[in-house]
Amino acid sequence: MSGHVGGLDVDAIRADFPILARTVGDKPLVYLDSAATSQKPRQVIEAEADFYAQHNANAHRGIYQLGEEATERFEGARAKLARFFGAPGPETIVFTRGTTESINTVAQGWGRKFLREGDQVLLTDMEHHSNIVPWQMTAAVTGAELRFVPLTDDGLLDLSDLGSLLTERTKVLGVTGMSNALGTITPLRQLIDAAHAVGAIVVVDAAQLAPHHAIDVVELGCDVLAFSGHKMLGPTASGGFYGTAELLDAMDPMLGGGEMIHEVFHDRSTYKPVPYKFEAGTMQIAQQVGLGAAIDYLEALGMDKVRAHEEEITRYALDQLLEAGATVYGPKDASIRGGAVSFWHKDVHPHDLATILNEEGVAIRAGHHCAQLVMRRFDTSATARASFYVYNTKDEVDLLVDALEKAEGIFAG
Amino acid sequence: MALDDIYKETILDHYKHPRNKRELPEAERSCTRNNPLCGDEITVLVHLEGDRIGAVAFQGAGCSISQSSASMMTEAIGGGSVDDALALAEEFRQMMAGELEPDEDRLGDLVALKGVVKYPIRIKCAVLAWDVLQEALDGAGSATGSAPHAVG
Repeated sequence: MSGHVGGLDVDAIRADFPILARTVGDKPLVYLDSAATSQKPRQVIEAEADFYAQHNANAHRGIYQLGEEATERFEGARAKLARFFGAPGPETIVFTRGTTESINTVAQGWGRKFLREGDQVLLTDMEHHSNIVPWQMTAAVTGAELRFVPLTDDGLLDLSDLGSLLTERTKVLGVTGMSNALGTITPLRQLIDAAHAVGAIVVVDAAQLAPHHAIDVVELGCDVLAFSGHKMLGPTASGGFYGTAELLDAMDPMLGGGEMIHEVFHDRSTYKPVPYKFEAGTMQIAQQVGLGAAIDYLEALGMDKVRAHEEEITRYALDQLLEAGATVYGPKDASIRGGAVSFWHKDVHPHDLATILNEEGVAIRAGHHCAQLVMRRFDTSATARASFYVYNTKDEVDLLVDALEKAEGIFAG
Repeated sequence: MALDDIYKETILDHYKHPRNKRELPEAERSCTRNNPLCGDEITVLVHLEGDRIGAVAFQGAGCSISQSSASMMTEAIGGGSVDDALALAEEFRQMMAGELEPDEDRLGDLVALKGVVKYPIRIKCAVLAWDVLQEALDGAGSATGSAPHAVG
């Protein structure tokens, strides 16, 4: 049996995830694509369903009991997220559809307002496209220039030349907490301190980090931390970002419309205070309520154990993949990386591999993982990627490796 | 076993031993396209002799489906007329859309790719070479870039 991994009772966890009981063809589902989106426990599914069945109304509008119940649950989810991330208060958590929308909100609302020609935005070569393209769009409007921290052959940030990349011209450092393509965990504290020393703000893409690691935004000192609810057991379109009170106050909203305004005149409007000035129109109320239930679930497991599970299963997967003869991209030391493991198995193209693995019920990702800069750095067009979360077992890693050998057999013939 | 429908001997043979994968200095028409989603890349080179395809070659890299399709395509259209090649491209697309029962006499080895229809996300791998061929034949010279229609 699967038993315990990193202190988590994985069998008990699996019983909470209805989808893990299904089959693909005649094979049990082996879901190894949680870096793309996690599966959802029944507690989250039920919280969202219960909202619709019992409390559905628009938030912050209805002067009736249902409206108040909806508002209370929506704001309750915000308070849970604030506590989960160590934020000073719920008003520093802005709801969005996830990391992509969060970074766009900051790149437009802060970037377009404050960046000027000659300013620089420093990103890294391991960023997801979501932390590149919004800054390119802002750079095109403001005349700011983008620069990139290169990578070492081991898939770490190459900080040897950081002094010349991070200068007084740098106004923003945008960096991932954990690479979705290489698994690398970045030295956030060191980077944040260095960026603040030159007066830059730091925008952390925590899409991959937040599901697996305890984060305290105050201790970390970041100015923005963006996260995706759907990668941390929550519903799709849930998520948001933390921002310092100072930054949120200074930023312009990206979207205008209902609910974000204080007063509207023919020629101008005044906005609500943060975080509401960023939340135009009807929000993803049921989804954010579902995310609140996901936070409860993760807190009950304990984020230390969640990370211990990730580290243990990643170490096991790295050992097994390397032993099977796969080429693994990114760090080989599980203590400095997360559970998104990119690899290429022998001569089997990742797309062929994913198709063959699917026949065994094994779901992995194949492609560039929205990280084309990483692919180019390592001179490949695509990789296969297996990624793990709290419900994955070492048995599933073994099934992955068995399936790799089967694929190898088909192509060796 | 469903996989036998896709990883057939024919496909693997063309993947491992691609036909007409080479330079073609005399080519008047060429087109290079990639599918950024998976990194498949195909260049098709065509040398015309009047309204006939005097020689056709391809270059590229990618998965077994995209590369074997390109290899089989060059065998199927080489020496024939441009009109025939375009008609065959249309038949191949219809087969991959599941709209046409393939004519083995006309499509030959290409019939092996029929099993890919069951894997919708891989269909564009199979069709990439044909899109590139069509563009090479439609165009006046050479073209490069990604194929927006091939992004899934």
